[in-house]
Amino acid sequence: MIIAIIIGMAAVTMIPRVVPAFIVDKLQFRDWINRWLNAIPFAALGALVFPGILGVIPGKPLIGLIGGAVAIVLAYVGLNVILVVAGAIVTVFLLTM
Amino acid sequence: MDTELAEKQNTSPTIHMIRKGVAVGFPIMLGYLPIAITYGVLAKQSGMSLTELTLMSVMVFAGASQFMGANMIAVGAGAMEIIIATFVLNFRHFVMSLSFMNRLRNIGLNWKIPLSLGLTDETFAVSSLHTKEANMEKGAYFYASLILTAYLSWIGGSFLGGVLGEIIPAQLSQSMGIALYAMFIGLLIPSVRKQWRVGVVAVIAMLINTVCSQFMSDGWAIVFGTVLGGWSGVFLLKEDAS
Repeated sequence: MIIAIIIGMAAVTMIPRVVPAFIVDKLQFRDWINRWLNAIPFAALGALVFPGILGVIPGKPLIGLIGGAVAIVLAYVGLNVILVVAGAIVTVFLLTM
Repeated sequence: MDTELAEKQNTSPTIHMIRKGVAVGFPIMLGYLPIAITYGVLAKQSGMSLTELTLMSVMVFAGASQFMGANMIAVGAGAMEIIIATFVLNFRHFVMSLSFMNRLRNIGLNWKIPLSLGLTDETFAVSSLHTKEANMEKGAYFYASLILTAYLSWIGGSFLGGVLGEIIPAQLSQSMGIALYAMFIGLLIPSVRKQWRVGVVAVIAMLINTVCSQFMSDGWAIVFGTVLGGWSGVFLLKEDAS
């Protein structure tokens, strides 16, 4: 039964991922659509971060916000992504002590 | 430039691209491992066998939906219910894949298919910030090795979590929950520094997501935030931002 669930989950995840591979070969997009698609990564990053980050520690949205703020500062001063991640983890760890 | 560099290092462009892909994918590995381990622990507790929980990582390769799937299995939800919820949650990958595949127009369909299947929030975000490689010689190897680095660490971490069980202190694994968010922020900010309007697009997407999540599922809210937020980029980002 669990195997059937896994296969079903795999199918509905794979289809939306793979269909665009075939679509883009068939279509030429107008300039504004290309610009739209090129802006998608930045919009996706925004939508993935907020409001999800508020739920990092359930019931304590402020901790997620502060962790995110630390990440913004560390990234802004030009630190490598790995250090940004480490800094945010340490911040949340200290705040939950 | 790529071939010059490769010749200087005395390596073929293929090996150069593979090395570069692994290096760029390394932060994803660091972000994935703790989360994959947590998934493994949780899936084991929800009654899945080690084979099943690892197989789910091999076949689905989508973190949030696997957490949800394990949770729903634990509470005895029906198969159809779980599969539909997975579709809704992962539909955002359609939008991301469309954006990513549009960048890979010069790469053959035989590469595009496997690369599209390895698309997650994280591999998409990192790949999208490295668009030059798409037009370089052997560029497909760059994306393939980046994705494989992420994929293998996801599978390995899940397996490890299933084996280890509850060995990691709860406070630490909870703190690790910020890891992927911090990674997304760490990926976004350098682009914002280069072009501040990128930050406006991201904030618009955040606001739309926040509003939408009040009256629809998180999956659809992210899709709307991404699509409509990205649309603001048509007006805000005049030239190629990356």
